[in-house]
Amino acid sequence: MASTLAADETAPAQASSGRRSIARLLPSRSPKLVVGLIIAGVIILWGIVGPLVVGDPHAISTNAFAPPGPAHWLGTTQTGEDVWTQVAYGTRGSLIIGFTVGILATVLSAFFGVLGAYLGGALDEGFALITNVALVIPGIPLVIVIGNYVPTNQRGLLLIALVLAITSWAGSARVLRAVTLSIRSRDYVAASRVSGEKTWRILVVEILPNLIPVMASQFVFAIIFAILGEAGLSFLGLGASNTFTLGTILFQAYNDLALTQGAWWWFVPPGLVIALFGAALSLINFSIDEIINPKLRNQTRSARKAWGLTDEQIRLLEKEDIK
Amino acid sequence: MMRFYLQKIVFYVVALWAAVTLNFLIPRLMPGNPVDVMIAKMGAAGQPVTPGTRHALEVELGGSGGSLLHQYGAYIVNLMHGNLGISLTDYPEKVTTVIGQALPWTIALVGLATIISFILGVGLGMLAGWKRGSWLDNLIPVTTMFQAVPYFWLALILVLVLTRVVPLFPYAGGYDVASTTPGLSLGFIGSAIYHGFLPALTIVISSIGGWMLGMRNMMVSTLSEDYIVTAEAKGLNPRRVRMTYAARNAVLPSLSGFAISLGFVVAGSIVTEQVFSYPGIGQLLFTAVSNDDYALMQGVFLVISLSVLAANLVVDVLYGLIDPRTRARS
Repeated sequence: MASTLAADETAPAQASSGRRSIARLLPSRSPKLVVGLIIAGVIILWGIVGPLVVGDPHAISTNAFAPPGPAHWLGTTQTGEDVWTQVAYGTRGSLIIGFTVGILATVLSAFFGVLGAYLGGALDEGFALITNVALVIPGIPLVIVIGNYVPTNQRGLLLIALVLAITSWAGSARVLRAVTLSIRSRDYVAASRVSGEKTWRILVVEILPNLIPVMASQFVFAIIFAILGEAGLSFLGLGASNTFTLGTILFQAYNDLALTQGAWWWFVPPGLVIALFGAALSLINFSIDEIINPKLRNQTRSARKAWGLTDEQIRLLEKEDIK
Repeated sequence: MMRFYLQKIVFYVVALWAAVTLNFLIPRLMPGNPVDVMIAKMGAAGQPVTPGTRHALEVELGGSGGSLLHQYGAYIVNLMHGNLGISLTDYPEKVTTVIGQALPWTIALVGLATIISFILGVGLGMLAGWKRGSWLDNLIPVTTMFQAVPYFWLALILVLVLTRVVPLFPYAGGYDVASTTPGLSLGFIGSAIYHGFLPALTIVISSIGGWMLGMRNMMVSTLSEDYIVTAEAKGLNPRRVRMTYAARNAVLPSLSGFAISLGFVVAGSIVTEQVFSYPGIGQLLFTAVSNDDYALMQGVFLVISLSVLAANLVVDVLYGLIDPRTRARS
């Protein structure tokens, strides 16, 4: 009787453990994550759907510098273009740059960070040196200089994305190298090496899954960096030609004296979209960080309230923390 | 110990070489000839283009004149003599002179703002990590939001609010050109601080969140170490535990991140200087770019790279002194 009871208890636990191990990899559903995902999702969706819904962003009208109103939700520019329409197109442009750079930078950092650290020896020394040197070469000035040398008609989106990626992978690669170094000396990796697993298999199956949270957080950061960097470049008038991003709007607003005209509706919304998207991605990053480092998790007052503790108990716990 | 310093020296030599060589290679590796680009731009601007102009440009940009290796040698020799060429924008001023006038502005602005932001951020982050779940701790996600704000956009907002809506601060420039002259007078320094306040505020607001978050997370991790428990068990003064035991160890990654972040700050301030018409390096780079002043542009890029490298060196030396483990480990 006792044995069947034990079996009954263990069976469902085993059945659910497969699902739970996947759930454990995913970020816990904290309010931060939910808010971050919703804001980021809305902005991405708007970047995809928006340009299909609104009209021509360059359609001019005689209604210049009109403040926000029912006809123009976000007012108009100096030449009477609708800011709301422009922001929709700009969001799409910025997102394309952001994701392109994010992917390129992640691939580069994985190559230099993981491969060198795993193979070790002179290759590792060389890759580490390249990484550290790339880290101290200031990125944006480099992009500005390169951008200016390339003729405007060749300064495409891919080139700007590539240059931004080249100047932004190094920080992530350094972190990945450190993590890989600590993982590769663990027992289970040594065991799989002894059992004759191929190098690429150890890298892909044994090591890479442990790096995914770190890389996810770096990917998110690279997107923020790229959108900010591109906005800065476009603001200086050095962005990719034939693209329309949020930075382009800011560039036009600044150069057409939106500031002196007090036309805040022209330059506040594009920056706000960048800020909101960046904040949403940071919130997602927070949740990823909490997976990587469980010490950061579940210790705030709100989390303790969620455990159903009374105020008295929470106060006691906090007193203990301070001690 | 020797090996540690040797590694560092090798790194700085290679980094220096890379910066210098990059500066040499960029105009030569780009698709299309920079000389053609420039002549096209001059033609579009309605400037007269003679065969002499083309030749002058080719000499300046190295479009012709011997093999690449030969040009590289000449470039290094010029560099050793501190010769970066002649600026087109401020003709016939030397590039080094022009940069020399702008550099102190940026170093003072960016340097001071970064140090203020670092000290404030690390201090607040330490307190937030110490008192988990306090109002300060809950404030951290808000400050990291400021990090995702484009520097120059924040600058535009500050200009709009603090110079237009409430005219508290001057809009542009590094000092009051009408009433003061640069020099070591009280009036000039006061004016410079007054004019630098808004740009500095921009840098502090947008960079403080990163320091706070980093320090807070390290503080939280450090506080769960065994030696903290031991210190508490010994009955040490909580302040002593916080400062000498926890904060001192938790600050190390922030300190090593300081040098790395400097690159970002410099980059951000380039665009910010543009908004405030601040007479620094960023403004100069932009002037060089928009006037196709290639000698000045290369010079500014070189100086920015070298400054970041120098800041890294300072932090590295300091770090070796503060954390003996870095010396022992290698």
